[in-house]
Order: sequence, then structure tokens, then C-alpha cells
Amino acid sequence: MPELNFLNPELIEIDAEAEGKEEIIKKLAKLLISKGYAKESYLEAILEREKVFPTGLPTEGVGVAIPHADIKHVIKPAIAVAILKNPVQFNVMGNPEEKVSVKIIFMLAITDPNVQLKLLQDLMEVFQNKHLLLKLAVSKDVDTVLKLMTLKEGFNDEQTDVAENY
Amino acid sequence: MAKKRILVACGTGIATSTMVAKKVEEALKARGYDVLVEQCKAAEAPSKASNYDLIVSTTTLPNCGSTPVIRSIAFLSGVGVEKDIEKIVAALGDK
Repeated sequence: MPELNFLNPELIEIDAEAEGKEEIIKKLAKLLISKGYAKESYLEAILEREKVFPTGLPTEGVGVAIPHADIKHVIKPAIAVAILKNPVQFNVMGNPEEKVSVKIIFMLAITDPNVQLKLLQDLMEVFQNKHLLLKLAVSKDVDTVLKLMTLKEGFNDEQTDVAENY
Repeated sequence: MAKKRILVACGTGIATSTMVAKKVEEALKARGYDVLVEQCKAAEAPSKASNYDLIVSTTTLPNCGSTPVIRSIAFLSGVGVEKDIEKIVAALGDK
């Protein structure tokens, strides 16, 4: 059973509203900074990195983005999550001229990728699971997000009704 | 059987290259390749390239000389994984 120990209810934003990617990146980065997970420099670093190396991923079902910054801007490891009310456009990783409509943002605060390897692998498992992403995208409370992301609930059942309604 | 050396590059050399490196290693080992997979920042790739048989990158890279580069986000997005593994296998050649 995968565990995403670095999730924290105080780092999850439901029904987040943003005009564009910069607004939601700022919101999540400031959250990580204010809760003591990242240094003040993290905000600028993550915005800059997103320009040079965009992090939008055209995953199946729901577009996601995984903004992150160099380890020197991070104090302790965490993932901040935003489920957007309305999707925003991110540039696609590796193909900056392309855009992807993003509904879920996983902002990573990593201090040592080898130590946090499992976190990264678990997160990959989350955003490669179409049904799970579709459920996350319509989650209306923090508990549901936590349960879904720790894969304790509905990991394998076919929620086609959710998929169709999305 | 010669060990194949693969370099995985991404923007910061932290998150995505870690995720991709693990997946590439698993996929190639499952196909019977003996591989060494290491990771780096995109900016470091050109100076390291000559020590590797292949570079897999999640981003566009500066010129890496004669070392083949395969750009792939399939291992992250989960879309098109098989296709990109085939590309990697084709670029690596004989085991």
C-alpha cells in the first residue's frame, strides 16, 4: 500500500480559483512558505523554473502540473495540492510550445530525491491513474483528497459515472 | 553483455529525472538489459553525454554531441510508455 506521508490537510486547496498558472503557483508556494516547508526564495525560484522548464503533464483524463524548485529553497519535504475550480493552462513539460489544461496541481517541496524516492513514485502512481485523477478533480473536501491520494479508497473501482460527468 | 549507461536529464535534476530514471531502469531490466541509470540537470547533460550510451530527457537539451537523446514525458504522464520504450530499445541496440 503506497503511502504519501508528506501530505498534510493544511497544504490542500479545494475549489481553488485562479486566473492563470502564475496565480495558483503563487498561492501554493506561499502556503508552503507560510507553513514553514519552504524558504522565501522558493516562490521566485518556482516561477522562474516553470518559465524555463514547464511542468504541465497531459495525463489521461485530467491534466496535472508538478511545479517544483531546487532543493536549496526547501526546508522540509511536502506536497501541496490544489484542485482547481476551473482549469488553467500550463505549458507542457519538454514541449513548451504546447499547452495543457490543468485541473490538479501537485507542488513539490523536495529536499533529497533519493530519500523522497517513494514519495515521487507514489505521486506518479496517483497521476498515472485515470480513475483516481477524475475523482480527485471533483473532490469537494480535504478528507476525500487525502483518502484518494493515500489510495485507501476507490483505487480500483471503475467510476465511469464520474468520468462521464466530468 | 555490455552494461548500457543511460543518463536521465530534467530541469533541476530532482523530481522528474528521479521518477523517470526508476521507470526506465525497470522497463529495460524487464527486457533483459543490464543498465546503469544516472540522472542530472539539463544544463549538465552536454558535459556528461560522452560517458553514456543514451540520454533520456524530459526537456529539450543543449547539443549532446554524438550521444543519442530521446525526449520523453511518457514515463511521467503514463501516456505512450510502450512507444517510448521501443524508441529507447532501438537506440540502445544489441544487449
